[in-house]
Amino acid sequence: MSARLTLATARRVLAQLRNDHRSVALMLVAPLVLLTLLRYVYDDAPQVFDRVGGPLLALFPFVTMFLVTSVAMLRERSSGTLERLLAMPLGKGDLLGGYALAFGGVAVVQTLLASALCLGPLGLDVTGAPGLVVLLAVLDALLGTALGLLLSAFARTEFQAVQFLPAVILPQLLLCGLLAPREAMAAPLRWLSDVLPLTYAVDGMQRVVASADVTGRLVTDLLVVLGCVGGFLALGAVTLQRRSE
Amino acid sequence: MTAELIGRRTQRVTTSAVEACDLHVDRRGKQVLHGLTFTVPAGRITGLLGPSGGGKSTLLRSVVGVQAGVRGALSVLGRPAGDADLRRRIGYVTQSPAVYTDLTVRRNLQYFAEVVDAPAGRVDEVLADVDLACAADARVDRLSGGQSARVSLATALLAEPELLVLDEPTVGLDPVLRRDLWRLFRRLADRGRTLVVSSHVMDEASRCDRLLLLRDGHLVADDTLDGVLARTGTCDVEQAFLALASASVPA
Repeated sequence: MSARLTLATARRVLAQLRNDHRSVALMLVAPLVLLTLLRYVYDDAPQVFDRVGGPLLALFPFVTMFLVTSVAMLRERSSGTLERLLAMPLGKGDLLGGYALAFGGVAVVQTLLASALCLGPLGLDVTGAPGLVVLLAVLDALLGTALGLLLSAFARTEFQAVQFLPAVILPQLLLCGLLAPREAMAAPLRWLSDVLPLTYAVDGMQRVVASADVTGRLVTDLLVVLGCVGGFLALGAVTLQRRSE
Repeated sequence: MTAELIGRRTQRVTTSAVEACDLHVDRRGKQVLHGLTFTVPAGRITGLLGPSGGGKSTLLRSVVGVQAGVRGALSVLGRPAGDADLRRRIGYVTQSPAVYTDLTVRRNLQYFAEVVDAPAGRVDEVLADVDLACAADARVDRLSGGQSARVSLATALLAEPELLVLDEPTVGLDPVLRRDLWRLFRRLADRGRTLVVSSHVMDEASRCDRLLLLRDGHLVADDTLDGVLARTGTCDVEQAFLALASASVPA
């Protein structure tokens, strides 16, 4: 893996994104609109926003980057550019690293905007360090990117790639503890929830919002998310075969 | 200088860029190339001709090292096909343009130039080579099919590869562009590059130094155009192909 090639790839991915104003607007503005909407839908019960605001800051970068990456990577596969790159002196790590770097960068911007809105005008109470909020959000974005890179190998069309959202993301959303506390779930659902990465992403963000202490559980959450990012990227690298049928 | 030129010329005559011996390729359990044995001379243009679906792309992909299911001996520029060292030395152009349609021509070439570590200034050189300098700042999805095919070709030229593998590079181009591209191929060969160019248009045979005729995964000829015509007693390559095809019906 080479820093020069990883950076070149990240710059190229960002250049493509820059040419797509509508997607950039959706990635950056949609979370702000949804957060504002949520805040005023529960205007009478601000404790609801305080409870779900944090988890949503974890969810937005994860879902956005998952969608964007899986479609971008699928295009790379179907347009033949992936085959061309793999026939060139480019390492698989350079390609995956380039994507992770580019979308991780976009996630930083997305999170800075969303958390500025939440902490400022919308009045979300965050007890922990704002830096930790951003760190977690970026990790969640990388989780979405890594999962998107991996799953793009199993879709043949952009249509199929988008269907992974209900198939892969929605179950995690239902089980992550955002809609109902995990303790209240039936045991089998809780076990399932225990092995889904989004659970740890959301749990971590809830802990940062609720407490200034960096507890052992928070560190565990961070490590699990980081481990899943690494695992998905490694599995994604396996799907990038230089030789194909 | 002269000695070097003579040296290069003798080398061109004596060495081969690709050597295949009993090459088989299986795709999804079905054999698509059946024991091909041939050599591609260095510094020459070798035309890989035959109808669509005959295995031309599969053979080119095998040479480039991106085809799975290859059996038999296949050496490219003195290394086994697919060797990591070859990725810098081979330029490969797929049948459909493999470039980023949402970027400009120049931005595409800049990225691929970074990947192959080509010097600055190389982008403008290849743009001139494929006659696209005037479209450099246009997005690829605004270009015609022929123009995007040339962007894809320009990408492969960036690293000044010793071996260029071109899959149907002239398909769908107007006659003037086709002639210009063949002139470019000839210039590259004169500079010592080896080219393998596939086509299903038989009359492109006259532009090649050497021909490989491929039908249903069998090599029906490995010869010069004159050699093929003399052997079959025909006067054009279309007739020659028909004669060879009926003579070598696979069992």
